[in-house]
Amino acid sequence: MGSFLETLFGGLMVGMLYSLIALGFVLIYKASGVFNFAQGAMVLFAALAMARFAEWIPKLTGLEDKFLGNTIAFALAALVMVVLAWLIQKLVLGKLVNQEGITLLMATLGITYFLEGSGQALFGNDIYKIDIGMPKDPIFILDGSFPGGLLVNKEDLYAAVIAAVLVALLAIFFQKTATGRALRAVADDHQAAQSIGIPLDRIWVIVWSVAGIVALVAGVIWGSKLGVQFSLSLVALKALPVVILGGLTSIPGAIIGGLIIGVGEKLSEIYLGPHLGGGIEIWFAYVLALAFLLVRPQGLFGEKIIDRV
Amino acid sequence: MAGRQTGDVIVDVRNISLRFGGVKALSDITFDVREHEIRAIIGPNGAGKSSMLNCINGVYQPQEGAISLRGKTFSKMNPHQVAEMGVARTFQNLALFKGMSVLDNIMTGRNLKMKTNLFQQALRWGAAEREETAHRRVVENIIDFLEIQAYRKTPVGKMPYGLQKRVDLGRALAMEPQVLLLDEPMAGMNVEEKQDMSRFILDVNDEFGTTIVLIEHDMGVVMDISDRVVVLDYGRKIGDGSPDEVRNNPDVISAYLGTVH
Repeated sequence: MGSFLETLFGGLMVGMLYSLIALGFVLIYKASGVFNFAQGAMVLFAALAMARFAEWIPKLTGLEDKFLGNTIAFALAALVMVVLAWLIQKLVLGKLVNQEGITLLMATLGITYFLEGSGQALFGNDIYKIDIGMPKDPIFILDGSFPGGLLVNKEDLYAAVIAAVLVALLAIFFQKTATGRALRAVADDHQAAQSIGIPLDRIWVIVWSVAGIVALVAGVIWGSKLGVQFSLSLVALKALPVVILGGLTSIPGAIIGGLIIGVGEKLSEIYLGPHLGGGIEIWFAYVLALAFLLVRPQGLFGEKIIDRV
Repeated sequence: MAGRQTGDVIVDVRNISLRFGGVKALSDITFDVREHEIRAIIGPNGAGKSSMLNCINGVYQPQEGAISLRGKTFSKMNPHQVAEMGVARTFQNLALFKGMSVLDNIMTGRNLKMKTNLFQQALRWGAAEREETAHRRVVENIIDFLEIQAYRKTPVGKMPYGLQKRVDLGRALAMEPQVLLLDEPMAGMNVEEKQDMSRFILDVNDEFGTTIVLIEHDMGVVMDISDRVVVLDYGRKIGDGSPDEVRNNPDVISAYLGTVH
């Protein structure tokens, strides 16, 4: 029982991070119908910016305080992501309004390569560290109920809390502010939103900015765990099964899908792994997503598309 | 309807032609709409009524001709700019925000009137809070006016069709428009719902002085509530005048009933 719960917790925490990346996909897809292939590259780009800013700021200004340095670096990286969102809208997507989904997808594929290339050209292509002072030591909880307690990685716990707070903030933003309401309106019906004077251009810049900042948070967390390197952009591939599972149009779906994939991966590795020769974690998510596509192509919470024939 | 005071020309449509590739949707349409009037555009299926409305709304840009709003002429406008000039519209096939509540749907209509920025809203600063309350008051009045108080928090996707049409109207009213474009406001309604909707349209026109341009299929309703009627057929204007004039116009009769041989 103890080891089951340990695995479950571990899975939930990794799952929270998958959710975070999946959220980036969902935000943009919902608001503009663009499947943003560049979400992974945005994570890499944001993490690179954060890592290098955090390195450069103390060097250039002689700032000693690490927390302050990190905060400024984060704010600057967030600013970079907002500017990037604006550029993407003005230079690429703004020119492609009303084009087919596949055209938009190809455009984001182009953005992916541009971000991967320019990110490494601007910020370097080594492996960088992000040190935001995450504790690395494990802790033991519930030692009353289980012999020896449950081992929980403190870093994962912090990361999960940060992700949860971000999700809560986004929920408040979407539900409680007038801009959030306008975003939801655009997500529901472009034409109607335009007719009541909601400027689509501005809304899309906001959505891409929010997705950029979500990518930044994901990048910082993954980066501090694994180091900032090119492979970070591949983390996004793990989010694809999550959005298939949760539904491309559902924010709760992204979160629950992420948790299911995270937990499923870990549990299957422990319980099925020995029978199948191990290494299940790598492909489990995709098989789960595939099975899901057969049963519920719209995902757990996605909108079922009913076409009149 | 007799006795209504109408004012100066507020929407002036001059020689509009609209083509989609080789298909001529509208040819050389000219008419005007006077302040405070209820102006109907009628015609059989495919006559170009919705295309006409979409031109006024900025969704389509006609290849020829110009439209002026309050004397300001434009040939290329997008719906957002038209909305800023005080023109609101409703949709033939409900284009509501289905996942959102009635209240939120109508609140989106206040979007152009919101002055606070994103950061003030996010932090719920005083100004943003006060603004939200003020807009909420306007929206509550609209909800009362349309008699949908009981549905305030219901997601519109779950409401009966006739009531969804009212929410669509409510969202447009929330913009406090000078001109209101209604695209088949009574399509698919039963007699009772049609009567309710007619009453709301007349009340809007009467109480707020809003100019109304209305497309309708149902001749009966149109003749009852409109001041003047434009009749389109195959993208051409075949009649224009008071309901009585239009009703006795031989071209209109043959368009609706077929030519008498």
